[in-house]
Amino acid sequence: MSRYSRHIILPEIGEKGQDKLTQAKVLVIGAGGLGCPILQYLAAAGIGTLGIVDFDIIEESNLQRQILFGMSTLGKNKALAAKERLEDINPTISITAYPERLTANNAVSLFNKYDIIVDGTDNFKTRYLINDASLITNKPLVYGAIYKFEGQVSVFNYQNGPSYRCIFPTPPKAGAVANCSEVGVLGVLPGIIGSMQANEVLKLILGLGNVLSGKLLCYNALTTETTTLTVNKSEIEVNKVLNKKDTFQDNQSAFTCNISFNEISVEKALQKKNVQFIDVREIHELPKVDIINPIHIPLGELEQQLDKIDSEKENIIFCQSGIRSKKAVALLQKNSINNCYSLKKGALAILEHYNQN
Amino acid sequence: MNLNIKYFGMLTEVTQCQEETFLFSQSTVADLLKALFSKYPLLEERDFQVAQMQTLVSKDTIISEIEIALLPPFSGG
Repeated sequence: MSRYSRHIILPEIGEKGQDKLTQAKVLVIGAGGLGCPILQYLAAAGIGTLGIVDFDIIEESNLQRQILFGMSTLGKNKALAAKERLEDINPTISITAYPERLTANNAVSLFNKYDIIVDGTDNFKTRYLINDASLITNKPLVYGAIYKFEGQVSVFNYQNGPSYRCIFPTPPKAGAVANCSEVGVLGVLPGIIGSMQANEVLKLILGLGNVLSGKLLCYNALTTETTTLTVNKSEIEVNKVLNKKDTFQDNQSAFTCNISFNEISVEKALQKKNVQFIDVREIHELPKVDIINPIHIPLGELEQQLDKIDSEKENIIFCQSGIRSKKAVALLQKNSINNCYSLKKGALAILEHYNQN
Repeated sequence: MNLNIKYFGMLTEVTQCQEETFLFSQSTVADLLKALFSKYPLLEERDFQVAQMQTLVSKDTIISEIEIALLPPFSGG
């Protein structure tokens, strides 16, 4: 078959290897920055059965890096639009789109239908869910994650190797780690990391080279440096997950970050009557927003200065961009101060609001 | 001894550097963290793991090598 001739003439792959790719069943969760290159290369390589899970719709701000999509697919579901594009790239394979959220209820039955799971999601809740469901169903998991100019790649749960929880046992606190929509990402970075993930999938199926198991590869796009860290398996962490196998579907809360936080837009915050704005930035940080008469308590001192907070008022917490303020809200909630909100986009949103009005 | 500490991801926003030499004389990873938190108070709020000689290690590990890395989790995709 001429479609795969460049694979087949490689002695390491040949007809036999190409047949293995045709027989393989791979489930990709998330058809975003990572999912697009992963899916594109896996479909082109002739993976016989591909599953795509994504509940999200395509927005214009996705097009900077999500290369399966274009203007004609704006507003469409990502899993369905990806399937359509991939069927044009390779109509000889079978592709199933799941335009829904991955949950503890559907994960195990879905994973059981596939040989390899690929994580291209953008949040910790789903990442921990994918890790645990992969462990429970005993499927290798090809992991990738990105932040600004840096990425991480690994293969978990492979031949009794370590899992994601062997590196990071529990999800970080709510708001502690920002995602791409909050901090931005270099468009080509998910292309590089997603391609590395697709490469690991092909190696797993073909039995070629050394699978990136027990290692975490860290890539920096600005320095073009890679650092590969060794990850040891933690039997304790793995067993914690396996012991919950029978109650897995009932245990949704295990995958949520611990504390919920309320976010509010600057427009809604300014409509409120009895409010106090609290600036949790460091003293020296600019711009100042005296117009809303904030009190100033840097995040690091918040817990020692809780007496400054009037719990009779609605407290609007802000920082520079809306990340530290989420931590502040979580901290206040922990201390039973519940009528508080994290201001979306922080001080910059306040300035923008007053400049426009 | 003089450690060579590498910082990844959002940790570099706290330390304002990707790598530095850090003089350290006590024993464990936990001791090193205490020393780093006093230099960078905001680091204490971050989630990360520590690697020694490119291997992820627990907090009670004795520091015996100079190559240290601080690795945060990434969620983006």
